[in-house]
Amino acid sequence: MFDTALTLSDLMFLIKGAGMTLAVTFFAVTGGTLLGLLFGVLRAQISVWAALPLIFVLDVFRSVPLLIQLVLANAFQAIAGLNMPPFATSCIVLALYTSAYCTEIVRGAIDAVPTVTRRAARSLGLSWGQDMRYIVFPMALRVALPSWIGLTLGVMKDSALVLWLGLIELLRSGQILVTRLQEPMFILMVVGAIYFLMSFPIARLGGQLEKRWREND
Amino acid sequence: MIEIRNVYKSFGPLEVLKGVNLSVEKGEVVSVIGGSGSGKSTLLTCINGLEPINSGTILVDGVEVHAKTTDLNLLRRKIGIVFQQFNAFPHLTVLENVTLAPRKVLGMSKAAAEEIAVKQLTHVGLADKLSVYPGRLSGGQQQRMAIARALAMSPAYVLFDEVTSALDPQLVGEVLDTLKLLANEGMTMICVTHEMSFARDVSDRVAFFHKGVLAEIAPPDQFFSAPQHPETREFLSNIR
Ligand SMILES: Nc1ncnc2c1ncn2[C@@H]1O[C@H](COP(=O)(O)OP(=O)(O)O)[C@@H](O)[C@H]1O
Ligand SMILES: [Mg+2]
Repeated sequence: MFDTALTLSDLMFLIKGAGMTLAVTFFAVTGGTLLGLLFGVLRAQISVWAALPLIFVLDVFRSVPLLIQLVLANAFQAIAGLNMPPFATSCIVLALYTSAYCTEIVRGAIDAVPTVTRRAARSLGLSWGQDMRYIVFPMALRVALPSWIGLTLGVMKDSALVLWLGLIELLRSGQILVTRLQEPMFILMVVGAIYFLMSFPIARLGGQLEKRWREND
Repeated sequence: MIEIRNVYKSFGPLEVLKGVNLSVEKGEVVSVIGGSGSGKSTLLTCINGLEPINSGTILVDGVEVHAKTTDLNLLRRKIGIVFQQFNAFPHLTVLENVTLAPRKVLGMSKAAAEEIAVKQLTHVGLADKLSVYPGRLSGGQQQRMAIARALAMSPAYVLFDEVTSALDPQLVGEVLDTLKLLANEGMTMICVTHEMSFARDVSDRVAFFHKGVLAEIAPPDQFFSAPQHPETREFLSNIR
């Protein structure tokens, strides 16, 4: 029905690229979320003045284009003689970039927990840590989840930029095939479909959780 | 016994408590009335150490609340507090709301905590709501749940901060009835309230909060029929 030079092994090549995209995204989101949790709790806890250095650094990560961050980080690690593989550099840069957004999500979600609810918890004798664990985190999670899903899906797409450090992820694999087969429309459609297939479960998972939580209200 | 001695407290430049003195004996019910924004809520949150104070002392059973060495988490076990604003834990069922602190703070087993919780929830008339989430409760039911939650810790004192103020008028009665029940059972209570009939019928003493101090403290008969301070008279005449 459709004439294409794309072979099964070309498709496997794309899927290998998709694997790279998933790997970079996984490490970036995991690392970025852990750091974002740490920084977000810190931001919600300490005064704006004390947090100023942190705010500044995170603002840099949020405002400088990711491509520039990737290229500069790669150049700096080479100058410093760290000899880091591009994969590690990419994951670290993307994780920091993710953490900058995640910090804001976490801080906003924690701030959305009403003061009186936290006071009620502390009044019952719960320690700060118990309040965080049993009251603040579960309540904040419901607020943060939609933004966090959005961030994760965004990072998956932004991760395409690591091709500038020579990593062959999904978009780069697509480019290579386009150059070789000269079928840009079809190949980009396949690449787009693969991106969609990777994003869909994450988006659905978020939708499911939200639905379950909403039933309780 | 709760002893509040010459307590001063400011929020920045705003001095809210200006030398508050009050002693509450075991078994006593003290109602605190006064204009809104006068510092009544602040006083209650100072008693369990949620708010720091600038000077003076607050002693609960001889323990100085604001001393550096005081373990507030330990002290708070015996001071229950119910707030004006609804403060249910929305992600937990009614039963879980009430069992959380007994389990995590007192280290009770799930079964033991549930036994206490069911008893307290039955007490406030919520026995049929155990597995419901707070979002499904009316305002009056939420406040009664909050009362049960505080009582499940077997506190020696319970502080009530205008617990009926956020309620629709037809729901006020059920919560006041719960408070009366507790008062009759001998619970030591400080009730900030706007319900004058409650203050008159249930309290052992009524205190009038005015300009950062408790301007007048007297048994209800005397307080309502022969107030000593002109400000008390004025406040009461505006309410009637
Ligand atoms: N956390 C806070 N920060 C700054 N001002 C506050 C804070 N809490 C209360 N206030 C102020 O302190 C005064 C007394 O408040 P509050 O104790 O809530 O009064 P009441 O309970 O008698 O209505 C009000 O003017 C209020 O705006
Ligand atoms: Mg108040």
